[in-house]
Amino acid sequence: MSTFNSSDVAAFKGGVWVFCEQRQGSMMPTSFELISEGRKLADELGTKLYGILLGDGIEGLAKELGGYGADGVYVCDHPLLKNYTTDGYTKVICDVIEEYKPEIMLIGATNIGRDLGPRCAARLHTGLCADCTHLDVDMGIYKDFLKENSTLAPERIEATSHAVVLGQKHDVSRDLKMTRPAFGGHLMASIICPRFRPAMATVRPGVMKKAAFDQAQADACEIIKPSFSLTEADMETEVVEVVKAAKKLVDLIGADVVVSVGRGISKDVEGGIKLAEELAEVLGGVVGGSRATIDSGWLSADHQVGQTGKTVHPKIYVALGISGAIQHKAGMQDSECIIAVNKNDTAPIFEIADYGICGDLFKVTPLLIEAIKAAKAAK
Amino acid sequence: MKIIVCVKQVPDTSGKVAVNPDGTLNRASMAAITNPDDLNAVEAALVLKEQTGAEVIVVSMGPPPAEGMLREVMARGVDRAILVSAREFGGSDTYATSQILAAAIDTIGVEKDDIVMCGRQAIDGDTAQVGPQIAEKLGLPQVSYAAEITKDGDSITVKRMLEDGYMTIKVKTPCLITCIKELNTPRYMSVGGIYECYSKPYEIFDYNTLKDHRFIDKDTIGLSGSPTNILTSFTPPQKGAGMMLEGADKATCEKLAGILAAKHMI
Repeated sequence: MSTFNSSDVAAFKGGVWVFCEQRQGSMMPTSFELISEGRKLADELGTKLYGILLGDGIEGLAKELGGYGADGVYVCDHPLLKNYTTDGYTKVICDVIEEYKPEIMLIGATNIGRDLGPRCAARLHTGLCADCTHLDVDMGIYKDFLKENSTLAPERIEATSHAVVLGQKHDVSRDLKMTRPAFGGHLMASIICPRFRPAMATVRPGVMKKAAFDQAQADACEIIKPSFSLTEADMETEVVEVVKAAKKLVDLIGADVVVSVGRGISKDVEGGIKLAEELAEVLGGVVGGSRATIDSGWLSADHQVGQTGKTVHPKIYVALGISGAIQHKAGMQDSECIIAVNKNDTAPIFEIADYGICGDLFKVTPLLIEAIKAAKAAK
Repeated sequence: MKIIVCVKQVPDTSGKVAVNPDGTLNRASMAAITNPDDLNAVEAALVLKEQTGAEVIVVSMGPPPAEGMLREVMARGVDRAILVSAREFGGSDTYATSQILAAAIDTIGVEKDDIVMCGRQAIDGDTAQVGPQIAEKLGLPQVSYAAEITKDGDSITVKRMLEDGYMTIKVKTPCLITCIKELNTPRYMSVGGIYECYSKPYEIFDYNTLKDHRFIDKDTIGLSGSPTNILTSFTPPQKGAGMMLEGADKATCEKLAGILAAKHMI
């Protein structure tokens, strides 16, 4: 193989790539989200979009990715790739990247993606931005995004066309602008990787919108089988077993309605959760919780909404006894309709709530359940 | 046997966070704490020390005031602390930071029986990247998101958490493990530990200590060695305040249900 040089930026003409994560032969939903987002970026760059899929006997999963916008899928099929291992997956992905030189590499910010991404970026000597919530190439679209989603002055938004990189003025129009929250969501930052390729990002699951599936595109999707070498000697970790959680995990990201509880349930934790479950049932939703409820062990980690938990944008989000710390808001403020119940009328949650009720959740929630039942019955 | 634990001093973002008018974080207004996940890594190392008699060494990169944090972890039972601190290291992104920390760890020396441990991620950047990148630089196998660690000779078994379950992974030393809060409950400092922590070995690795290491080069450390650059940082706008409903009684709830019904939301 020719020597690989990540700083020879112009040589990276291999398009936009998405690592398409599968577990036990099932595609992770975030793979479809990232293919849909990658399509947009590839179009802005005027280049092609490819998925890269690793596993054992997984070629049958590839075509579906075309239906969401992939021009092709690099399929790396090997018995040693059956389960995810840092060693095996990093070796194969880096080998294939070195051969085909993508300009951008997107990876879902799952527990696996966040293990794989940094290892690959370190090996390739390139930049990686973690847990992104927004991606842009086109400067016009990026500036419009800043106008709507930042408090930056117009002249500062205009100034984002260029960055100073190693003392030189650098035009960022072809760079991937990777935007992510930092400091628990108090600040947002847009990161670029101007001097190296591929520009790599892990992307938070549930944030990017999945496109409509197109069967014709799926049929047209090209399957590419790159050559790579992988032997037992490359494997330094051994997967003894993979265990699925026994109880069904709550699907916060896919839910239309989320009823979340916070520290306000502390005087009767069981009763508070039960009320949230009843309200969620009436509204056709699921129960979530703030970080306090997870840290206190009242709810399991799969219920957590917020910066360190899941990002949700349901049609209705009900916050019961949640003060609205910025780290919580970061995970739910894009919900269509936010309803907050809190005893404290200065709770920050009321600053973003569409409808606020200042009162004791243990008194208000039963009344709300009855009122919603009655309103539904009257329809 | 040595266990080398990476720790970071971070601003406490769980409380009130102040942002300067230029969009940067007002660090001076915030308490400095030991990164929570790193304390789980320290605890895991101390448990292994009790089982095996291993020496536990903490390494941190940061400004000189981080000494206080390092003395505190020594008061919990850590044997030795090293602060990696130099102006040349400033401005490093995760790639450059891991390059420097890998050089420091390699200078301490990683031998056959040794383990490097990190917290899963730091609460200021939330990247979770430095641990795996140190492992790559040092050529060590890594296991991230560790919720249980069992050592049997040179073989380590880790329960590695996934969103929908877990994997059991076997790895041989030397290796790098990143720890999550489910792994353990960090112990407190003991009175004896506080007394002893000022007599335990504390060293600073500055630029001169590390400058001849093969990982250290102006193209791999600091601002000039960081592949990523910040284009801009900003604060998100507040969503406009909505409607506070009058009261908190039956009529209030009926009014809200009526609004939701009228908007076809229920």
